[in-house]
Amino acid sequence: MNEGFNISDCALIAIATGEKAQNLREFRDHLRTVHPGCFYYHFWGGLLYPHFNDPEFQNDFAVWASRNLHDQKISEQFAVIDPNIYSDIEDLRQEIIEIVEERLYESEHVPWAKRGQEFHFIRSQIVIFETGITYTDPRELVEAIPNMSLGSIFFHFIDSRRRTEGHRNDISVWLEGLGDEYEELIKVLDKIDPYFTTLSELRNIIHIAFNNFFKKIPNGKLT
Amino acid sequence: MGSLLEQYASVAGHEVIDQLQQLANPLRGMKILHINSTKEGGGVAEILNRLIPLKKELGIDAEWEIITGEKDFYLCTKKMHNSLQGNRDDIPDNLLSVYEKTNRENYERLREKLETADIVFIHDPQPAALLSHCNNRKGKWFWRCHIDVSHPYRPVWKYLREFIKGYDASIWSLSEFVQPLNHPQYLIPPSIDPLSEKNRELPKKEITDLLNSWGIKKDIPLITQVSRFDRFKDPVGVIQSYRMVKKYVPVQLVLAGGGASDDPEGQEVLDEVKAFAGNDPDIHVLELPPDAHRQINALQSGSDIIIQKSLKEGFGLTVTEGLWKGKPVIAGNTGGIKLQIIDHYTGFRVTTPEGAAMRIRYLLKHPGTRKRMGENARQFVLNNYLITRQLREYLTLVVGLLFGSEDKIELKLPSH
Repeated sequence: MNEGFNISDCALIAIATGEKAQNLREFRDHLRTVHPGCFYYHFWGGLLYPHFNDPEFQNDFAVWASRNLHDQKISEQFAVIDPNIYSDIEDLRQEIIEIVEERLYESEHVPWAKRGQEFHFIRSQIVIFETGITYTDPRELVEAIPNMSLGSIFFHFIDSRRRTEGHRNDISVWLEGLGDEYEELIKVLDKIDPYFTTLSELRNIIHIAFNNFFKKIPNGKLT
Repeated sequence: MGSLLEQYASVAGHEVIDQLQQLANPLRGMKILHINSTKEGGGVAEILNRLIPLKKELGIDAEWEIITGEKDFYLCTKKMHNSLQGNRDDIPDNLLSVYEKTNRENYERLREKLETADIVFIHDPQPAALLSHCNNRKGKWFWRCHIDVSHPYRPVWKYLREFIKGYDASIWSLSEFVQPLNHPQYLIPPSIDPLSEKNRELPKKEITDLLNSWGIKKDIPLITQVSRFDRFKDPVGVIQSYRMVKKYVPVQLVLAGGGASDDPEGQEVLDEVKAFAGNDPDIHVLELPPDAHRQINALQSGSDIIIQKSLKEGFGLTVTEGLWKGKPVIAGNTGGIKLQIIDHYTGFRVTTPEGAAMRIRYLLKHPGTRKRMGENARQFVLNNYLITRQLREYLTLVVGLLFGSEDKIELKLPSH
């Protein structure tokens, strides 16, 4: 039986931890002890918090390493980390610590940031709420997606990767339960890389996927 | 949907307003009280002017009160403000006594509201001591800090900290400003109101007429700094930059300042600025009343470049306003400006009058870059710094505090 797709929404608030690092060694020391919520904020939270959408980097660690430590090597290593492939935050924490350890071992000097350019560890609190909106027919989503809040897009397309088997998006998981009919659409949705885009761009991409599948717009371009 | 929310939906999008309504649902009927020290002038008053009606329209029983005091109270709080921003300025005991006495008197006047509110937001140092008197409070109290406290003068911060530490939580504009305190410290950058007189789109004719009325010439590029006459805004440094530019290209400068009723130093700085500007007909020092919102809008909209050469800045809402008008902004590399100005994207961050002069010349020479940066600037504010985003975060904060302290809070719809 089709249980319908319940739209949830979320909003994030940032909380200062008061912990900051001036150089890579201090950064490593803090990584060992900071609140696990810091990893969520610095990897995912930027999408929901006021910031400049950096075209190069998808996490705050990579931005700091590049812009303030001026250590391109470790910045690139941070940049390619896909946080969704780690089973939990502690695994992600361990991975980052190992990258830093290795860099410290091979560097002759500890990379430093100037005064005022320290890395500030921030954690987040996320409030998830039901919108009360449920869709039973996937076709309805063609109209619904452009009107979804960015919080809903984040929850169902980004946060979902931590909650679902195979690190997927919620819509694909729901469509799969409806039978083979939507196989093509699921393939397209699963292939969407949610990184290096803003949430509004991501919303557009999902909308195009639905439009194309339901042939509303033959050339696949949004008007 | 009520009319005010509808109007915001037309700028920020319907989905943004829907989300606010969903978030506000659990808070319906709740009494939320905001306290600051002025109804006019300054970014805090401007935001509260709109935040309160918006919260009301969302079903929250929101109220805004101000504390009042004599001249010595404002003298003390101005010194406090400057010291928190780094000035090494000791505050005499007699002024601190006035500060404490004024807070006590205001507490007595506002006692019932303060004691019965579910949530109280106290803005900045002026009313911070109210909490120390409110022994029978029912609600949660937040101290909202709007200023740059990254390197405070320690004796003054230590004095104030005694009043702040009893709050349930504090809210800061940037993580760099956060001082060690033993309660949750939230980060919420401020925002601008796109529907206010200061930020809505004005008819072109009105802009031209207003610029004409101040003697500003149409065919010479205009650079403008709008801010209080305050040394931290470095108005003299702006004039120095202007003079460096003028050697190469014709340019006009506007320094426009509105006074705030809680700033006793304004006149002194204004006199300094006028003396430094001399008789240059292309420097326009405009003293504007606190309600000159359309005039400020016209100045920003009619300018080619916006300057905010602050040496210290809490957030810098005049920067946000300039960006919202689609103008590149050249601003001091300090405080919240760092969140807003991305070099070569929305403007330039500078540290000296020379740096500002160089960037002004660059932008005046490259109109295409100016236009592109201006477009980026407006989009950047639309995505990040409108009042709807700030309201969302205030609501999230309150929901978070009321429904648990975990990293992830899941709210279920009430069952019918």
